[in-house]
Amino acid sequence: MSSVVLLKIKHTDLKTNFKQIKEKIIEFILMLSSAATSITVVLIVFFLFIEGAGVFSKKPIDKGFLLAVNDSNPITKLEPSQIKDIFDQKITNWKELGGKDQAIVLFRTGDITDYYTDEELGANFEYFPEKINELVAKTPGIIAFFSDKYKSKDFKGRELDLDKISVFKFLSDEEWFPTAEPVAQMGVKPLIYGTLLVSFGAIVLALPIGLFAAIYLSEIAKKRTRNFLKPLIELLAGIPSVVYGFFGLVIIVPLIQSVFNLPVGETALAGSVVLAIMALPTIITISEDAMRNTPRAMKEASLALGASHWQTIYKVVIPYSASGITAGAILGIGRAIGETMAVLMVTGNAAVIPHTFLAPVRTIPATIAAELGEAANGGLHYEALFALGCILFVITFGINMLVEMVTNKQSHKKH
Amino acid sequence: MHKIESQNVNFYYGENQALHDISLSMKENTVTALIGPSGCGKSTYLRLLNRMNDLIDDTKMTGSILIDGTDIYGNATNVDNLRKNVGMVFQKPNPFPKTIFENVAYGLRVNGITDKNEIEERVVTTIEQVALWDEVKDKLKKSAFELSGGQQQRLCIARALAIKPSILLMDEPTSALDPISTSKIEELIYELKNKYTIVIVTHNMQQAGRVSDNTAFFYMGNLIEYDKTKSIFTKPAKKQTEDYITGRFG
Repeated sequence: MSSVVLLKIKHTDLKTNFKQIKEKIIEFILMLSSAATSITVVLIVFFLFIEGAGVFSKKPIDKGFLLAVNDSNPITKLEPSQIKDIFDQKITNWKELGGKDQAIVLFRTGDITDYYTDEELGANFEYFPEKINELVAKTPGIIAFFSDKYKSKDFKGRELDLDKISVFKFLSDEEWFPTAEPVAQMGVKPLIYGTLLVSFGAIVLALPIGLFAAIYLSEIAKKRTRNFLKPLIELLAGIPSVVYGFFGLVIIVPLIQSVFNLPVGETALAGSVVLAIMALPTIITISEDAMRNTPRAMKEASLALGASHWQTIYKVVIPYSASGITAGAILGIGRAIGETMAVLMVTGNAAVIPHTFLAPVRTIPATIAAELGEAANGGLHYEALFALGCILFVITFGINMLVEMVTNKQSHKKH
Repeated sequence: MHKIESQNVNFYYGENQALHDISLSMKENTVTALIGPSGCGKSTYLRLLNRMNDLIDDTKMTGSILIDGTDIYGNATNVDNLRKNVGMVFQKPNPFPKTIFENVAYGLRVNGITDKNEIEERVVTTIEQVALWDEVKDKLKKSAFELSGGQQQRLCIARALAIKPSILLMDEPTSALDPISTSKIEELIYELKNKYTIVIVTHNMQQAGRVSDNTAFFYMGNLIEYDKTKSIFTKPAKKQTEDYITGRFG
């Protein structure tokens, strides 16, 4: 009799043990998925920053090439932008760079045949280094750009020193021309300005419209109208961005061109309009949710005091949902800043600092998308694009933090 | 003439009839208690008096309610003005997330009063009127949420009184409060009676007995009995009323 009871107890023990093990396994699987996600995110960010940081330990000249001047030239160091101006023949005298009053003589490897005959260079160019040496030594105003395999051992010219690319220069230089010869121009300022201008324009256009639509949907529209409109607006968020790009290219770009009488319609404004349309669903749905979360008791209290419907909206509903509206707006901007395809298609992609909304601009994501394909893997250009990715990441990360802060403040207020 | 006069009021939530043929009149400067079990329609009836039910989708009302002889559901009535005249205090204290001062000033501001001195004077007077002045005079600029539940409810009463209504509707104003706060509010109701016509919904029989002149007993959307409070509580005419008051159901 007693042994039967004992057996029964053991049986239930086993059952509970099994249940516990099962739950432990489920917990483990759940933990594993979240761990995998976190690790992936960290890895991506890590990879981005490792690749991006590479650009800052290098000189902006292709590996294996050098710039040299005559030994008598007092100039020892030049900025990338100065070198570009020299080779574009915008600067033609050393005087302009603080040197002697002497015309600048440009020399690229191919120019050697202007000075020496094929016989002098040898059948296999075996005298090439010697001749370059000679040329640099005898031409006081020369600046020569050539591969260091042509640099002879007794080279009499002086190699120009170039600064490594610094974070400050990267951010503050005003020219983006990473494929320029002889020296790459790595200034991301126009790209940052372009990105911010387009996003700013987008938010200026989208915020009022989004806010009005949200107020209408949450406070004024009849239930049936809202049930029809809300899914429609949410559908807007699901349209692929390339389709928005098409729409922008075919409708908005020509419209801007004819309205403002411009030579081309691909402008920052076109980008802003397209991004505004894309940011609208985010702004509308998030603000509308925030407004609908306004406690009924608040609205009733206001109405019971003789406040009109509209007074109640702007004195109770909007202040109460202000942080939700802000979060919606910021997330909208976040989407606009990171958006690539649609912007690439409509903004004209000129990497110059924009002074009006009617100028073509180039944004950071559009630059990465357009140029990564042609940048040599591991090269300077490639790493510069990763550094751009880092900048973008920092901007959007900052925006997300801001949203986090705003929404935390909101939940804090409610308790 | 009666201050409030309802005639054959029916009210529907969709298909569901919540009030059946209610005819009920209240004299000026009296306190009327509406009692009855949950879901009997007493709150619905109360919210008809300031057209608060207008906010709920898919509702329908027939019959008429006259306040000072005017049909409040007639075309000539402006709802905002009606609500200015018919103040309301809710079941749970619901101050705005603003300062104590701004809570009371809200009704004045939305009704177009801009004179600073007038607003200040009215705010102070009404806070004194609800016997809250000594407790809040040093923190008028603090958030209303810093007050206790009972203080918040008195603030809400002050907020309603600031715009000088002639009728005050109270929807279970003490159900979320402790006994001491409750008794303070009851005292307040007793004092306010001289100036206002008060309609109060309550679940608390003793409260109805203490504060009201007349009592209406609702049951399943019907007005079962309406009489002087004293009569209702001592010799109710209907069996249902007696059962409810004595606690046999509800």
